[in-house]
Amino acid sequence: MIQNEIDRELLEKIADLLDKPVGAFNIRKDCGCDSRESTEHIQIKDRTDGHGGIDIFIAPGTKGEDCHIPVIITKPGISDTVYNDFYVGEDCDVNIVAGCGIHNCGGEESRHDGVHTFHVGKHSHVRYTEKHYGTGDGTGERIMNPETVVFLDEGASMTMESVQIRGIDHTKRHTKIVCGKDAEAVITERLLTAGTQTAESDMEIILDGEGAKGRVISRSVAQDSSSQVFYPSMVGNTPCFGHVQCDSIIMGDAKISSVPAITANCTEAQLIHEAAIGKIAGEQLLKLETLGLTESEAEEYILKGFLE
Amino acid sequence: MLQLNHISYSVGEGDDRSVIIHDISLTVDEHRLVVLTGPNGGGKTSLAKIIMGLVRPTYGQILWNGRDVTAMSITERARLGISYGFQQPPRFKGLTVRDLLTLASGDKALSKDLCCQYLTKVGLCANDYLEREVDASLSGGEIKRIEIATVLARNSQLMIFDEPEAGIDLWSFARLTESFEQLHQNTDATMLIISHQERIISLADEVIVIDGGRIVCRGTAAEVLPQILGNTKGTCPVLAKEEWRNDTK
Repeated sequence: MIQNEIDRELLEKIADLLDKPVGAFNIRKDCGCDSRESTEHIQIKDRTDGHGGIDIFIAPGTKGEDCHIPVIITKPGISDTVYNDFYVGEDCDVNIVAGCGIHNCGGEESRHDGVHTFHVGKHSHVRYTEKHYGTGDGTGERIMNPETVVFLDEGASMTMESVQIRGIDHTKRHTKIVCGKDAEAVITERLLTAGTQTAESDMEIILDGEGAKGRVISRSVAQDSSSQVFYPSMVGNTPCFGHVQCDSIIMGDAKISSVPAITANCTEAQLIHEAAIGKIAGEQLLKLETLGLTESEAEEYILKGFLE
Repeated sequence: MLQLNHISYSVGEGDDRSVIIHDISLTVDEHRLVVLTGPNGGGKTSLAKIIMGLVRPTYGQILWNGRDVTAMSITERARLGISYGFQQPPRFKGLTVRDLLTLASGDKALSKDLCCQYLTKVGLCANDYLEREVDASLSGGEIKRIEIATVLARNSQLMIFDEPEAGIDLWSFARLTESFEQLHQNTDATMLIISHQERIISLADEVIVIDGGRIVCRGTAAEVLPQILGNTKGTCPVLAKEEWRNDTK
């Protein structure tokens, strides 16, 4: 499963894996299946529609189980598109850890486009984590374009944590969650870009069912000459509650554009959006300096806290 | 021991030049509780910031325990045992009260019990506040008390507090003055507190009145308080100020 230091670094960074995962897993490496294990309650199967990727079937009533499906790309010149569909039965409570790591030590571009679709059954709760990480000293770009589409049935919930901290040159992310009656979606997005990296995040929460709740917390840092664009959108079609909160720290010559949108199609829909972009306040640095940190240590500490 | 030698501080240039501090010299011995008081805009906060290194003096020398710290950075002064509680502390998205107390104490494994002790001294309960972010969800008074707790956690030899009472409710203020009193009795720390509150002034070993960038009066609380209280005449502030200066010359 872990064959060398590159595999080890990538799997640890994106999925905290140091060894074989506990529970069901599918590790995809360089466009192919590296290893896979199903459990009694979580079955992982190849797709049958001709697309690359897997179908994951989680039996009704499955609780406290984990499913790891990380993807690693360890060579330059690879372009991998994968379609993973999750079918989560009713009354489940599971953790799903995805994520992608790219190590590019060559001159050609390495790219991963991951399309994940979740069908979450009634009263099921899913915690979904996807971390994206790039490394390698090659000049070839590391590109990642994740797409996540989630359908939450009555009373279901999805807590999604999406993290991209280092090393991805370009990303275009698309997330769409449709919430049924009394369903709840919470998305936390954390993003850091540096150098000339670019990131675009397009997020749409549709509150379709009565009593549905949606929350987006997006925190990002753009350093150097990098650029970021955010399009978080919340649509309320019923009596529902939605909150979009986007905070960004801008540094150097970076550019950030945040375009939150809220749309109410029902008089009982309560939707709020907040967006803020700003540099690190001088007072914040001074305060931490009075606690014994240097200016650069203070900056690092503030960014770490902001993104964690 | 803190020694200020001929400290001056001005801002602007030419016709726009404004002198904030005029040639202040001052010595504060170890384990003293000194209160700086005086009218708003008199130069107290500027002087305190100069001591911490937040502002550079135009002229003069600052000695801390015999060492010239005038050219030192804030960080270097902090590491030499000087700490500072801001009048208007900043907020931090993503940093919790525990993060700030841990950073202030220098102990990465700072226990909840110790955090609790620091917070209790400012009238806050660790169970309610320790994991909260120091952001806009906290009121001005709560942020202020957390700020003071970070200075207490720092446990420095010289603690500077800029109007610690500002924005704090009466109950917490009573707790805070008790804490200052205990700190003064039970530790060797030197405390420099900017305050307008009689209760805090009465704790002082020495009260220094600063107005117009100058020390206009200094003495024990018993000596200075009656003058301060007797000077609140409610007359024209400019005339009152002149009268005050003449009285104290």
